[in-house]
Amino acid sequence: MFITNVAILVLAGFVGYAVISKVPNTLHTPLMSGTNAIHGIVVLGGIIVLGLGEDLSTLDKGLLMIAIVFGTINVVGGFLVTDRMLEMFKSKPAPVKQDDEEQK
Amino acid sequence: MSAPLATSLIHSSELIAVLYIVAFSLFIYGLSGLTGPRTAVRGNRIAAVGMGIAVLATFLIDGMGNWVLIFIALIIGTIIGIPSARSVKMTAVPQMVALFNGVGGGAIALIAWAEFNDSAGFADKPLTFIIPSLFAAIVGSVSFWGSNIAFAKLQEILPGHPIGAGRLQQPLNLLLLLIAVGSAAAIASGETATVYILVLLIASALLGLFVVLPIGGADMPVVISLLNALTGLSAAATGLALNNTALIVAGMIVGASGTILTRLMADAMNRSIPSIIAGGFGGGGGEVGAEGAGENGGTVRATSAADAAIQMAFARQVVIVPGYGMAVAQAQHAVRELASELEKRNVEVKYAIHPVAGRMPGHMNVLLAEADVPYDQLKEMDEINPEFSRTDVALVIGANDVTNPAANTNSDSPIYGMPILNVNESKSVIVLKRSMNPGFAGIENELYFEPMTSMLFGDAKSSVAEITSELTAL
Repeated sequence: MFITNVAILVLAGFVGYAVISKVPNTLHTPLMSGTNAIHGIVVLGGIIVLGLGEDLSTLDKGLLMIAIVFGTINVVGGFLVTDRMLEMFKSKPAPVKQDDEEQK
Repeated sequence: MSAPLATSLIHSSELIAVLYIVAFSLFIYGLSGLTGPRTAVRGNRIAAVGMGIAVLATFLIDGMGNWVLIFIALIIGTIIGIPSARSVKMTAVPQMVALFNGVGGGAIALIAWAEFNDSAGFADKPLTFIIPSLFAAIVGSVSFWGSNIAFAKLQEILPGHPIGAGRLQQPLNLLLLLIAVGSAAAIASGETATVYILVLLIASALLGLFVVLPIGGADMPVVISLLNALTGLSAAATGLALNNTALIVAGMIVGASGTILTRLMADAMNRSIPSIIAGGFGGGGGEVGAEGAGENGGTVRATSAADAAIQMAFARQVVIVPGYGMAVAQAQHAVRELASELEKRNVEVKYAIHPVAGRMPGHMNVLLAEADVPYDQLKEMDEINPEFSRTDVALVIGANDVTNPAANTNSDSPIYGMPILNVNESKSVIVLKRSMNPGFAGIENELYFEPMTSMLFGDAKSSVAEITSELTAL
């Protein structure tokens, strides 16, 4: 199982590299913000450990709740802020496309 | 009764696996949408839907409990997250990203801590669980505290200049790393005392603080990007420990993208990532710069809004060079109005965007897009640099280090070799600046002492507005 997961890990690294290395400079800030939101997926880790924990101490429950709060802030805030940024680009798609082609 | 239950169990775990596959496909598809402005908004939303699916799938895991606590935490997180993302000003986005990144790292460290407590140490866990968990704990903790320092510096709660222990810094950081790794090794070899995980977390926290504190504000974008990548990697490690493919894939994609971004940014500044992490940049530079300025004894020429307006009104080409000062002053709309006013007078207006102007790559593009500046006027460094010699007026709005000619000429300067905008080649330069304080890198800008440069002191927004009203009055 572990080796399978490592294989997934390695492949995901290459996929991430391939997908993202094509982003134009202009979109780097939204990209950083968007990927930042995606690593908020750690919220799943918090949910799983808290959900499956049989006899967690109060301290551990507290820690995991904070972890879920943090993860949720990361996800919700991250996607919203990225959306706000990108909305500004949306109104003028055509000129940007042009600009893009000039760069190539 | 038991047979249908058994089938439903099999189905639920398969369903979760399928939903996770759907989720990370959506992440990848969404991110590839982010590569084009046309598809970017949709791409981000697709990734968000993927996240929703991943969370829902996790709810289906068999034997889950503590629902009340989970939902309370999810709701609190949402209540905090939505308004902070809604209300943050576009200028403050970099520190917001730093903060969101930090809490992600914090979550990872807390999960590892709770797992350690729950199983009373990792003695009876396989190494394939222990190593990723402890890696995640160390890196998550470094990322949390480092990001908070980055936030505090950008928010100007802490001074932007480097704070450090000088020569002792590197040995100190190394010592902290050794303590963290040492505690990890002790835990892996079967030590179950809580003190080990606490020492590990505290040493990593201090490491995060001490690595970021000595880094000058100018390098902060690179640091945030690096911490973003690190949080991604530790999320992937948590995924390995928990055997959760969604975490592995999503975390690793972020790890890969953050690494690329970090390298791109470091390249733009002609700095190597290790030398940035080594920190101290700007502290020593401040001294060099200060001495240099003293020797120069150069004088600075101040100008008025009226003079600046006249100069630009009769120019053929004006190049606007925005920097963080424009962001701080929220001057992008005022700048746009000034540009329209100039265009009415048949002055050609272009914007020169340095790759690391502002606090993040693309920061200036975001702000100017907010103010409806047409994209074809935004020129990247390589495109605009040959133009400066044909430019009558270069209007530098709150940009500093990216215009410093010392980067080309003074091999003693800490920014020597960094590609800059060759503003000093234009016929005249007007610099809008709050004061003569040096930039985030903490070094004096020789540009200000050049004969063709004049300075207009004041808040960028009101200065630009003043120039515009002088222009309309002409």
